[in-house]
Amino acid sequence: MRAVVTVAGKDKTGIIAKISSFLAERNVNIVDISQTIMEEYFAMIMLVDISKSTKPLSVLSEEFSGLGEKIGMSVHLQHEEIFNAMHSV
Amino acid sequence: MFNTGEVLETINMIEREHLDIRTVTMGISLLPCMSGTAEKTAKAVYDTVCKKAENIVKVTSELSREYGIPIVNKRVSVTPAAVICAPFASKAHIIGKALDDAAKNLGIDFLGGYSALVHKGMADYEKEFIMTIPQVLAETDRLCSSVNVGSSKSGINMDAVSLMGEIIKQTAQKTADRDGFGCAKLVVFCNAVEDNPFMAGAFHGIGESGTVINVGVSGPGVVQHALESVPDANLTDLAETIKRTAFKITRAGQLIAREAAKRLNAEFGIVDLSLAPTPARGDSVAQILEEMGLESVGTHGTTACLAMLNDAVKKGGVMASSRVGGLSGAFIPVSEDIGMIEAAERGGLCIDKLEAMTAVCSVGLDMIAVPGDTPASTISAIIADEAAIGMINNKTTAVRIIPAPNKKVGDSVNFGGLLGRAPIMPVHKESAAKFISRGGLIPAPIHSNKN
Repeated sequence: MRAVVTVAGKDKTGIIAKISSFLAERNVNIVDISQTIMEEYFAMIMLVDISKSTKPLSVLSEEFSGLGEKIGMSVHLQHEEIFNAMHSV
Repeated sequence: MFNTGEVLETINMIEREHLDIRTVTMGISLLPCMSGTAEKTAKAVYDTVCKKAENIVKVTSELSREYGIPIVNKRVSVTPAAVICAPFASKAHIIGKALDDAAKNLGIDFLGGYSALVHKGMADYEKEFIMTIPQVLAETDRLCSSVNVGSSKSGINMDAVSLMGEIIKQTAQKTADRDGFGCAKLVVFCNAVEDNPFMAGAFHGIGESGTVINVGVSGPGVVQHALESVPDANLTDLAETIKRTAFKITRAGQLIAREAAKRLNAEFGIVDLSLAPTPARGDSVAQILEEMGLESVGTHGTTACLAMLNDAVKKGGVMASSRVGGLSGAFIPVSEDIGMIEAAERGGLCIDKLEAMTAVCSVGLDMIAVPGDTPASTISAIIADEAAIGMINNKTTAVRIIPAPNKKVGDSVNFGGLLGRAPIMPVHKESAAKFISRGGLIPAPIHSNKN
């Protein structure tokens, strides 16, 4: 099962480090990353594999929101199907 | 890998434009609960509802976290209670209480189905059942009631229409301490649908399966935002934009519906792709119509804008899901839509215009507060007009009207939460009492004769 991670907010040092160590601690594998900086605005989208995750998706996404609050970024971790459903015919 | 723009679009829709799953509604058949006494039936009803829906709150909150999309309401609809109460109709209130208790036990905000279908005729036990509605709505908190008084196939049962005028007045009186709040939980239909997930008019039709999940998606804010992105487009292009947006919204709903049905051990019923507003700014159908170029909803041109919106929503939705049902279209509940509330307060939106609008959108006169001294016969006449629009146009129409006790034009009522606030709207003073007192059936229209 795969999920999509999105992270957005004002750019600062160590965002990717914090996000990726959060994922590594829970045995979530990063499949793909796309990241840009627009003016001072940081936007990153990751595709991650959660099939070997130590936590179920609903818990992962809740904990991830907690991390977002801690680092002051808008973050989401969602089942990839929501994007497939909405954007492909 | 995903297209960055598409991913961010979805996130934006949820975070800024109020995209949500408005309701996950479990339809439960109560037919197996039928027995000879009210007490035995009530126990079976309570146990069945609590058992079948026991995980609805847990599962929907899990889904909401996993897919990152809010699921606002979890609800239950049941077999029209008049059917299972037939052997003991005068004691139907016991069933009403059991259903309300079940809703409270489950932690859901509304349970629909204290309903009767009397569109062609009203048996004594059905009349007796309907007579219990005012008391039951006053004594329960989460139970919703509806009565179907007409259909395109059978005509309009004017005896039932006449009775419902009285029932609505009594319901308002019995909940006078809450500005007639009971009436917000009572809908009078023509062409009621059996798989509607939205309250207050939801019930689980006799033709439905045992346990079904129906999902209502929403997203007036998403549509409004999409239209803002094409400010100078012509109407053909606007319709296309709405269609595309409705497609995306519906797909999200279908995904949740399938998954919810699987996890709740129920059949996937339908996705209802209604644009259901809330009193929050930016979640308004009226504001969509204004975005199309009207200075205020209710002015000339409103019906045309709404017709296009409603049709484009349906087209996008039908493309997105093979199981589209319920009411599917645009809702125009006055008290639940900030744009409608403001237009009514300005005097820019009147009941007559709303009635015209209901001819081209998915429901009817919804959440409209009128003066407390409005005669029952006038309310019946309003219901008859709406039912006629539904009957002739082969569509669902409904009336949810609140004759707010001791209130007059210029006052307003506030029900709070999703039900919002409603300015008291004027009704015509001239009487329709003679017409309503005639009773009988308005025969079905000629075009119903298709066999």
